[in-house]
Amino acid sequence: MKPKTLFEKVWEQHEVVPETADTPAVLYIDLHLIHEVTTPQAFAQLRAQNLQVRRPDRTLATLDHSTPTDPAEVFGRVPIKVESAGRQVREMEKNCREFGIDLLGLGSEQRGIVHVIGPELGATQPGKTIVCGDSHTATHGAFGALAFGIGTTEVGHVLATQCLLQRRPKTLAIEVQGRLRDAVTAKDVILAIIGKIGVAGGTGHVIEYRGGAIEALSMDERMTVCNMSIEGGARAGMIAPDETTFAYLKGRPFAPSGEAWDRAVESWRTLQTDKGAQYDRIVEIDANALEPMITYGTNPGMVVPITASVPDHPDDAIHAKSLAYMGLHGGEPLLGKPVQVVFVGSCTNARLSDLEQAARVLRGRKVASGVRMLVVPGSQQVKREAEARGLDQVFTDAGAEWRESGCSMCIGMNGDTVAKGQYAVSTSNRNFEGRQGPGARTLLASPLTAAAAAVAGRVSDPREFLRS
Amino acid sequence: MQPIRTFSSRTVVLPFTNIDTDQIIPARFLTTTTKEGLGKQAFADWRYDATGAPKTDFVLNRPEAAGCSILVAGRNFGCGSSREHAPWALLDYGFRAVVSTEIADIFRSNSLKNGLLPIVVDERTHAWLLKNPGVSVAVDLQASALTLPDGTAVEFPIEAFARYCLLNGVDELGFLLQQAEAIARYEHTHA
Repeated sequence: MKPKTLFEKVWEQHEVVPETADTPAVLYIDLHLIHEVTTPQAFAQLRAQNLQVRRPDRTLATLDHSTPTDPAEVFGRVPIKVESAGRQVREMEKNCREFGIDLLGLGSEQRGIVHVIGPELGATQPGKTIVCGDSHTATHGAFGALAFGIGTTEVGHVLATQCLLQRRPKTLAIEVQGRLRDAVTAKDVILAIIGKIGVAGGTGHVIEYRGGAIEALSMDERMTVCNMSIEGGARAGMIAPDETTFAYLKGRPFAPSGEAWDRAVESWRTLQTDKGAQYDRIVEIDANALEPMITYGTNPGMVVPITASVPDHPDDAIHAKSLAYMGLHGGEPLLGKPVQVVFVGSCTNARLSDLEQAARVLRGRKVASGVRMLVVPGSQQVKREAEARGLDQVFTDAGAEWRESGCSMCIGMNGDTVAKGQYAVSTSNRNFEGRQGPGARTLLASPLTAAAAAVAGRVSDPREFLRS
Repeated sequence: MQPIRTFSSRTVVLPFTNIDTDQIIPARFLTTTTKEGLGKQAFADWRYDATGAPKTDFVLNRPEAAGCSILVAGRNFGCGSSREHAPWALLDYGFRAVVSTEIADIFRSNSLKNGLLPIVVDERTHAWLLKNPGVSVAVDLQASALTLPDGTAVEFPIEAFARYCLLNGVDELGFLLQQAEAIARYEHTHA
């Protein structure tokens, strides 16, 4: 038999109808994640055509994007401040009720960022096809699932038919060999990858991350890597499932149990890319050479090691436009740049181990005066686990704000924003102009680097905070 | 959806690379629950100042941009978020096609589903279009070609089924719904 890649195996197992020259493949979707922002128009389409949701049991619904993180708003003690967001939350509640979908709503202990709760509940599993009206759906690829973001029209397609029309993408292997040095995290790995391939480097491709440095990552870390695949232009990023994957999933609420678990693991083991399977492209990264990374511009590909200076391209007008927005100059060091906001959160870096990393730096220290630090757990479960370990106390003792779960300041549509002209070191995934608020200047980095910036009040090398 | 065959327009040029969907429509406008009326928010942070007044130096606010339905943009247009509000906003603004050397995957897919044509051209054609804003070009979807003012027809790739749907004003959901039997069979064998 022809050797196959992980992607090819999952794709072929989900072809309801294979593609032809005239028509795309009809691809079956095992799990559809939905949230309040990209679904209202899809539900409206179902109503207009008098259609039902085909598989409510394969639909996992939550509130995260426009949902507030202020406890008083979340638990209804005060109205949701962003009125239109409040309407959207109520619309989601109504749509789920009318179409028979269980919603992990505002009061639910299982609520959280959609890409945090899928894995946490064990709904995300190897070999599954998973979609969501959100480009960071690639996160779930960390489990060996084929997971990608879709638009609202496609959300409607999946709600109505549990299928999508898709052309088969190309494959890109990213081989990360070697070992990460101290204070170099999964976030630094993916930022370095995007820096290398560029923000359109993965367009038209599904990435498979492989190699010793990837295999050594925990599931939380693998999710951070896969999460930002779209920032390299790829709709999906995958990692072959292994013992780390199985150990993470075992015993989770939606994971199989008993004999079904054994059968599942047996089938998941077959998903590894076969020896001799061909990728359309291969990119190699040396993990030993990586350093903590930070972005300086207005897309995630504009990234350098934290000890580097802002690149100088005097003849590049687009580079100049980006630096003008950021208020930075070519040749200027990033270390020492004063910051006003630090955000630890988002589907990229708001799982328990991310919060532990931030706490490693913050424990016994204070957030610098004049800096606002917001720590937003990825889910209510992450919040409870963090509180059980006393992490919330570390954050609040340091002077940081500790919130309910949600997308928060990553997307700035829920009341949590960065003001015009302010610098924010953020553990999120996008440093686009205005992403965290009109005029906000975002520097993307790991939770360690973000926490170091909070303590110093300026961009700092996290390694200096881990030595003492 | 109305069938799309041919149309022509002067171009408006945004020469920047990597124009992401947060620029096309900032996230704070995504709390809407309808598709309508997003055109006034297209490129909001480039188009308006903090008081909401149009920035006179932004290309879409110049008199010559009025009525242009073809946007020429730098490489990797539409990267970032999966928000379909981006093509909804561009269509509501009055655009019918976006021309670049590279168009991000999810944005391209979303555009095709709404009748906004994502037109990928070679670097030479693109460079010429960037340097000559306001020229009149014609789009022929049947021929999958963009005709330049000198009569040169530049073919562009477009996925066959999406093209069929756009030419005939057919909705892809109708095709998927017709697959109900195959889907049921798949569910039965993969239960």
